[in-house]
Amino acid sequence: MKLYLLIPFLPLAAFIINILLGKEVLRNKAHWPSCLAIIGSFIISVITLFDVMNGKIINEDLYTWIVSGKFKVSVGFLIDQLTAVMLIVVTCVGSLIHIYSIGYMHGDKGYYRFFSYLSLFTFSMLMLVTANNFLQLYFGWEGVGVCSYFLIGFWYQKRAAADAGKKAFIVNRFGDFGFAIGIFMIFLTFGTIHYAPVFEGVKEYVGHTVNFLGWEVDLLTLIALLLFCGAIGKSAQMPLHVWLPDAMEGPTPVSALIHAATMVTAGVFLVARCNAIFGLSPVAMNVVAIVGGITSVFAATIACVQNDIKRIIAYSTLSHLGMMFVACGVGAFAAGVFHLYTHAFFKALLFLGAGSVIHAVGHNDVQRMGGLRKYMPITYATMFIAALSAGGIPGLAGFFSKDEIVWSAYAAHTGVGNFVWLLMTSIAFFTPFYSFRMMFLAFHGKFRGTHHEQHHLHESPKVMTIPLILLAVGAFAGGWVGIPSVLGGGAHFAHFLEPVVGHPDFHGTHAEEFRIMGTSTTIAIIGLVLAFIFYISKTYIPAKLAKDYNIPYRILFNKYYFDELYDSILVKPTMWSARKILVGFTDAKIIEGVVNGVPKLIGLFSGRLRRIQTGLAHHYGIFMTAGAFFIILYMLFWR
Amino acid sequence: MVPLSWYMLLSLAVFTIGVFGFLTRRNVILMFMSIELMLNAVNINLIAISHYMQDLRGQILAFFVIVVAAAEAAIGLAIVIALFRNRATAHVDEVQEMKG
Repeated sequence: MKLYLLIPFLPLAAFIINILLGKEVLRNKAHWPSCLAIIGSFIISVITLFDVMNGKIINEDLYTWIVSGKFKVSVGFLIDQLTAVMLIVVTCVGSLIHIYSIGYMHGDKGYYRFFSYLSLFTFSMLMLVTANNFLQLYFGWEGVGVCSYFLIGFWYQKRAAADAGKKAFIVNRFGDFGFAIGIFMIFLTFGTIHYAPVFEGVKEYVGHTVNFLGWEVDLLTLIALLLFCGAIGKSAQMPLHVWLPDAMEGPTPVSALIHAATMVTAGVFLVARCNAIFGLSPVAMNVVAIVGGITSVFAATIACVQNDIKRIIAYSTLSHLGMMFVACGVGAFAAGVFHLYTHAFFKALLFLGAGSVIHAVGHNDVQRMGGLRKYMPITYATMFIAALSAGGIPGLAGFFSKDEIVWSAYAAHTGVGNFVWLLMTSIAFFTPFYSFRMMFLAFHGKFRGTHHEQHHLHESPKVMTIPLILLAVGAFAGGWVGIPSVLGGGAHFAHFLEPVVGHPDFHGTHAEEFRIMGTSTTIAIIGLVLAFIFYISKTYIPAKLAKDYNIPYRILFNKYYFDELYDSILVKPTMWSARKILVGFTDAKIIEGVVNGVPKLIGLFSGRLRRIQTGLAHHYGIFMTAGAFFIILYMLFWR
Repeated sequence: MVPLSWYMLLSLAVFTIGVFGFLTRRNVILMFMSIELMLNAVNINLIAISHYMQDLRGQILAFFVIVVAAAEAAIGLAIVIALFRNRATAHVDEVQEMKG
């Protein structure tokens, strides 16, 4: 019995049970199969983690999936250090979010549907991380994509939710298109799409070029960039970031699980998994770092002015995902994965806390909240820890991972490295600023909603607060596994991942490292203090700033007008051509022309022909006689 | 001894009368009789040639033709009776339900 197989297949079983029996039999007990399955997966993941720690790496093909000429793919599983970390993140955070959902989704009409999708999502995500070949990865990749679509549009009666689901799915098509071509390129180059032979054989192709759309380009750079296309889509980096903020239309646990902790980090996982390919292409690495860096600053600036509590956190997610890519881009894959791991805790916690707030207040607008800490102390305390952790305040999980990234960017000592280091240092200011802006607006001061709303304020039930507390423990202490050696820790996390992602070749003295750490920490505290001044002590400042710097404020508030830009250059022309060309011409003229034309032609022809059928017997007689006459004539004279 | 060609001329004459009768008459009974004439013209031919070739198979075939003609006459007359009961007519021009 292969125990690790249960990790993905328990949630699949829960999905099947729920989708078949949920509506009629389980009803409001539909959470049982899903929760038990993912907790089971979590326990096995922990066992697997210990196995991996003891050096037991699993890489085996179970079943030959597709054979077609040279192309051969198996269903196979690879459980190494990287996968083990991802398994823990997905199942641990996933379990807590599942439990939280029991309270959050209580009484919803689609209760069983919600848990079915959640289990299907978990299954897909686990398949994604445990795959040992690119096709199975792609299967999981698309599986989580479709579950994301289902869950964003979970309240499909709401127009905005249905649209957001479609948007997420369609925007991801752009990235996945490149990703698919990347996999084809890998097959063409290596003749296989299994990880092990690809990553081992990759060195032989350094410097090879290939003709792509008429250009001679470096083969590995091309493959890496095509794979990164997929990562851009799934991890919502610029320019395909537009779907993630809209995805907040889904239920909040979904935002926490899919759009913060797990699915969106799949892009980072992909880059880390393919570090052998990326590492050999400096161009691709620079692209990864720059895209990540720009996205993170771009999103962080937007987050500073948004009012929807979930969108603030969504932009924060974009920003943090960008940081992970920065780490990967400068070669510190372990730092990227470390941030992925800590981010999963504090970001899921921020989202679940926000969900708890929304549950109590009934809307998302932080401007109409305030003073909530009296009503919801547990939510407040846990979210405060998450915000501190996200903001990179020393001692908490987020600090160690963020610091690792900042240091890696600096220690890379390259032009791009320095550039992204500057960006990361500015992020160190923005992250605590917008996190605490949200905290102060929502939890401090006086309540700014209606009386009716105030009357309704309450702390969430235990089933929701206990996951918050457990996540807070993770957000607080989760980073302690990766304390850098300069602070007296063992950097265990990076050492653990070293067999998979290698060790970056960084040089720097401890003094330098302290200086970098000190700078970013000081900046982080400045951000925090500024948020305190702006939103607690001198609350008139933000409004004044918004008025004085109206144009930049409007640009930020409207998210740099990206949606409007895409709307006018992509959506509108597509809709126009669909209406005018596809509907108006292809469909109306060509398709309907053929479909209606064929019967019309037959009708025309047979309308003439049927006149022969006069119904008069002697006409038939004449035809028969004439026919016989001509046949005889033919037989006698022509044959 | 009557030469074969005479028989065949007789057959031809009878067959032609049958064809013209079938085409010109409108009464169902008369059309039937014309068809019988055609069949019998064929029979004459078969038997004459059978005799001429000293091969009995032609005569056997003639019996088959007679049997088929009898069956056809039985069914045909039944149809005529059914028609007459429904329409009180034996005139084919008045029956054209199958007109296209």
